[in-house]
Amino acid sequence: MKKAILSLQHITKDYEGTPLLCGIDLDVHADETLCLLGPSGSGKSTLLRIIAGLEQADDGTILWAGKDIQGISVEKRNFGLMFQDYALFPHMNVAENIAFGPRMKGWQRDSIQARIDETLKIVHLEDFAERRVVDLSGGEKQRVALARAIAPNPDLLMLDEPLGALDKALRDELGQELRAILKELHIPTIYVTHDQEEAFTIGDSVAVLNFGEILQRGTPEEIYNHPDSLWLAGFIGFTNQIQGRLEDAQPLAVSTAIGRFQLFANPDQMKTAGEEGVLVFKPVQVRIHQGSEEINSFKATIKDSQFRGDGYRLVVKLANGNFFYFRDEQKRESGAPIHIAISPQDLLWYPTHE
Amino acid sequence: MKNSRRQVFYIVGLVPILFLLAFYVLPLGVVFEKAVQGVQQTLQRADLLSKIGKPLGFTIYQAILSTLLTVLVGFPIAYVFTHFDFKGKKFFNMAVTLPFILPTVVVAAAFNSLLGSHGWLNLLLMNIFNLQNPPIQWMNTLGIILLAHVFYNTSVFVRMVGAAWAQLEVQQEQAARILGANAWQRFRRITLPLLKPSIISALLMVFLFDFTSFGVILLLGGPAFSTLEVEIYLQTTQMLDLPMAGILSMIQLVITFCIAALTLREKKAGSIAFLPDIKNERLQKPRTHTQKVFLAVLLVFVILFFVLPEVSLLLRSLVRLEADRTQIGQISTGFTLDFYKELFQNTRRSLFYVPPIQALKNSVLYALATTLIAGVLGVISAYGLTRVRRTGLLRALVNLPLGTSSVTLGLGFLLTFTRLSFFQDFPQVLVPIAHSLIALPVVISTLYPAFSAIPSNMHAAAGVLGASPINVLIKIDLPLIRRPMLVGALYAFILSLGEFGATSFLTRPAFPTLPVAIYRYLSLPGAMNYGQAMAMACILMLVCAFSMFIMDKFSSQDVVS
Amino acid sequence: MKRNSITISTILALLAVVILNGCQQEEPRTLTVVTHDSFAIGEDVIRQFEQENDVTVNFVLSGDTGSALNKVILTKDAPLGDVFYGVDNTFLSRALDEDIFESYQSPMLADISEEFILDEEYRALPVDYGDVCINYDKAYFNARDIAVPQNLDDLLDPTYAGMLVVENPAVSSPGLAFLLATIAQYGEEGYLDYWQQLYENDVVVVNDWETAYYSNFSASSGLGPQPMVVSYATSPAAEVIFASEPLQESPTASIIGTNACFRQVEFVGILEGTPNRDLAQKFIDYMLSVPFQQDIPMNMFVLPVNVNAQLPAEFEAYIQIPDAPATLPFEQIAASREAWIQAWQETVLQ
Repeated sequence: MKKAILSLQHITKDYEGTPLLCGIDLDVHADETLCLLGPSGSGKSTLLRIIAGLEQADDGTILWAGKDIQGISVEKRNFGLMFQDYALFPHMNVAENIAFGPRMKGWQRDSIQARIDETLKIVHLEDFAERRVVDLSGGEKQRVALARAIAPNPDLLMLDEPLGALDKALRDELGQELRAILKELHIPTIYVTHDQEEAFTIGDSVAVLNFGEILQRGTPEEIYNHPDSLWLAGFIGFTNQIQGRLEDAQPLAVSTAIGRFQLFANPDQMKTAGEEGVLVFKPVQVRIHQGSEEINSFKATIKDSQFRGDGYRLVVKLANGNFFYFRDEQKRESGAPIHIAISPQDLLWYPTHE
Repeated sequence: MKNSRRQVFYIVGLVPILFLLAFYVLPLGVVFEKAVQGVQQTLQRADLLSKIGKPLGFTIYQAILSTLLTVLVGFPIAYVFTHFDFKGKKFFNMAVTLPFILPTVVVAAAFNSLLGSHGWLNLLLMNIFNLQNPPIQWMNTLGIILLAHVFYNTSVFVRMVGAAWAQLEVQQEQAARILGANAWQRFRRITLPLLKPSIISALLMVFLFDFTSFGVILLLGGPAFSTLEVEIYLQTTQMLDLPMAGILSMIQLVITFCIAALTLREKKAGSIAFLPDIKNERLQKPRTHTQKVFLAVLLVFVILFFVLPEVSLLLRSLVRLEADRTQIGQISTGFTLDFYKELFQNTRRSLFYVPPIQALKNSVLYALATTLIAGVLGVISAYGLTRVRRTGLLRALVNLPLGTSSVTLGLGFLLTFTRLSFFQDFPQVLVPIAHSLIALPVVISTLYPAFSAIPSNMHAAAGVLGASPINVLIKIDLPLIRRPMLVGALYAFILSLGEFGATSFLTRPAFPTLPVAIYRYLSLPGAMNYGQAMAMACILMLVCAFSMFIMDKFSSQDVVS
Repeated sequence: MKRNSITISTILALLAVVILNGCQQEEPRTLTVVTHDSFAIGEDVIRQFEQENDVTVNFVLSGDTGSALNKVILTKDAPLGDVFYGVDNTFLSRALDEDIFESYQSPMLADISEEFILDEEYRALPVDYGDVCINYDKAYFNARDIAVPQNLDDLLDPTYAGMLVVENPAVSSPGLAFLLATIAQYGEEGYLDYWQQLYENDVVVVNDWETAYYSNFSASSGLGPQPMVVSYATSPAAEVIFASEPLQESPTASIIGTNACFRQVEFVGILEGTPNRDLAQKFIDYMLSVPFQQDIPMNMFVLPVNVNAQLPAEFEAYIQIPDAPATLPFEQIAASREAWIQAWQETVLQ
């Protein structure tokens, strides 16, 4: 494994008495885009600000290429940070915004001009140099902010919810573009977001932050398929959940209020027969049958069937009053009974610890 | 039905316009009409240019100097208030703000008691070094004029620039920092350009106040200095040369109008928040050694400059300070409450003798009436201004009373209204009307930004729900601007409490205000008279401070928005 | 909402009180007297006149002396009142030129010394007079064993360098009076030289009487630097009457040498066109009669013109009345005051 270029060790920070970060350990490797994923209020922006130097950690060490940088002031760290609301300078035009960093670093006039052209090209805003930033659209502002952040060739690029202020369609489009740009830049990057889809699209690796800790760190696939905890599973999208008890059986099986479900063993988890827990699965493609299947099947009532463009969202009411959600391919009549079966590989089991 | 409602709406909108026409344009018109009768002759005077040029030149000169000094003092204070959290911040904030609302009579007395030839400072120095004569002779110098103007107007600058500074997004500075800008570069390239609009409008505002200064020049500046406003006063009351006074008044009005118009040109022109909302994300406790020293030095300066004069006035009213005399019985020097006790006794049985406590009551009643009149007119005007499309000219016009010589206005009132039988029967109403005129620009400038800040879709929403414009005003706008309304109302209250120029023309002898009573005491020899004047000045100061305290209490309460 | 309406009704109620306070003055006949801010008289004195004549006397105070006169002149076509009291000999000519007064030869003039009756047509009748004199700090001169100057010439002596504070004649009425005293003494040709020498002898100039007396004068309530101030002959009496501790003798006295004091006389007149001429005459007679005249000193600190009026004990004890006060023809004052003041400013405020 390559050596980390940035290494956070036991970063701790209280905010007005409540612990916000409780001993974060995190490595970022050169040439890697790390997505820091977490719900709002999880402290991910604070972590960025600590790395940038805008805030001081109460405890812990920040090593850059092996050296502690906490004594170095913000302006001398040579990091780039793109703010969520961009923080463009409203009294300067696009070119002046981009030139600000290089100018502060004392670049020559010619190299500054060249860098403006270069970065504008990277973000596809070649003709925008003289525009006033207040006249730009949200997407254009976002690109200018990115251009400004990368203009002085920072050693580390940090992006704080860069797509957060945009609408959905623009977010998807710019997300793709951003991924391509970041791939080309070859700068170690920390990308903060609360949107898991965004994180999985852009990150080479993903670290999930909540409750002041890094809950899990891994490739997008690892996180997506095998979330470490029930909370993380819920956060990643395992929204259908039901209480159950693990039976003493091979293959593994769980009995719940709506029936018995078989699942595949997760090699990482120790499982004790008789333990209480929660069975979870994503709103997967539904498999509907006429009561013919015995295994992993249950009966429910159709509550609603909502058109979703690429399919339908099926809402069913279970015998115990809970609701499950599925992806579906056709419109169904509300109120009708239905038999549903789920594949064992779609199911995950999280024991409830007392 | 709908039409008649609309008519009511327009008629109500006309009220402030009619008020200004009747009580501002008309009396000034009467004065100018009298002035015009001799203006031909005045215009042909050989010394006309020097008669106008000298006071005009000095007015501008001292206003520029005062404004620059105010910036010099105000900037670091605005910086500290918007960047640091420290113990007693509220106290310091109020300490800087209090001077702005103090009547000139009080400020002159306070400066005299501290820096005058037998002020505390001189007494101290004379005592320490055993001097015969006071070493500090600051009274009647340009220095004391500038000092007083800075004392008065720093809060205007701090409040306008501080409010803008607190609203600046801290991210922009942080972004600059990450991009490699050091503290000076951040200030020079980010903060300063972003604050520019509010700095410019604060500068113009401070300039306007310095430009129209009257009491400070007359009471502290002494005979060698004369501004336009002082010259208007002299020409009117001493030389009885109304044409000359009229010409000078006109010049002052035109310049005031231009400055007001310039102020409004700045789109983001900061409004005057009473005490700027000092909570913002850049606030922090001073951490580094430099920060702590800087803060300490600045706060000591605030105490020395903004608090000491008031304290020394308070002391002066409590200390007997006598020259050597042949007293009957025991000589008691030092602390005494006699000056206050004496306030409650009618020792003279004179027709117009009004116990000071009665004068205080009169002042408060006048101030309440002013608050009501200026408040109602201010709400209507500010609301109206947000409904009208091209408001620039109107808003500049509304500011004109700020630059109108109160002597001219007072004279106009006398000439116009004392003949009408209504005002002969109820002469008391003229005082709150005159005060309202003076308070109106400030009330409007407090309310207008608040009204404009209400999103128009909120009006639309209420309209769709069936509310008439009047209902929208009462149910939506007024509750939303409750806080600026309170601030505006208290402004009017305080301005009325301290107003002297116009009041001295209009008060009935039986209903003097506190400043008028102070002036009456000051105009008679005798230690008791002086002591009582000081005691009343202190009472006036405390009432002002108390009003400000209330204002702060209200304005710091959260509003639902 | 409810609390708001309570606040509003409270304010309305208070406003009503302010307005209604003025309603109690409704009576059959009213005599309106226009005067200046410094006017004051005993309440009993006015009540007596009101009772005897079944009239209400309404006083309109209209700013300082100059403002009040200005106002009367500007409204002469529709007079603000029936009687105007308060024009002095420095402004008299202006008042007479503007024809604001009706002539009235009051029988009370018999009791008034000839020297005060300046207007031969009896439009403006003298009411009171006061001498503007230099007051000095007795203790100061005693302690240092310095002789007190006796007249204007003495003030040029280097002994008194920096010891005198005067008021700006452009702003202050005693300041103007003192300037006029020097003109009476040295003439229009000589007064500027005199002031030039005073200036070289470090005379201190301030704007108003209040500053001069309370900040600069050493014998007032404090420790000012100048032991001499331009004030009034009555000020020493006021120092005793308004002392914060009872005094045996006044701490100040006046310099009353020839032409060292300037005599101001205040006049009253019936305003042209009054519908209440009969009442106005009665009121003027009353003003010149002993009860009113005797009440003047303690209220306005000026002296009665009626020879039969008794002075209060403090006045008898503590004031000195100059034998040879300075005077100037009032026509000359009116014609030249602005030029004099301007020339003075150019000499002294250089």
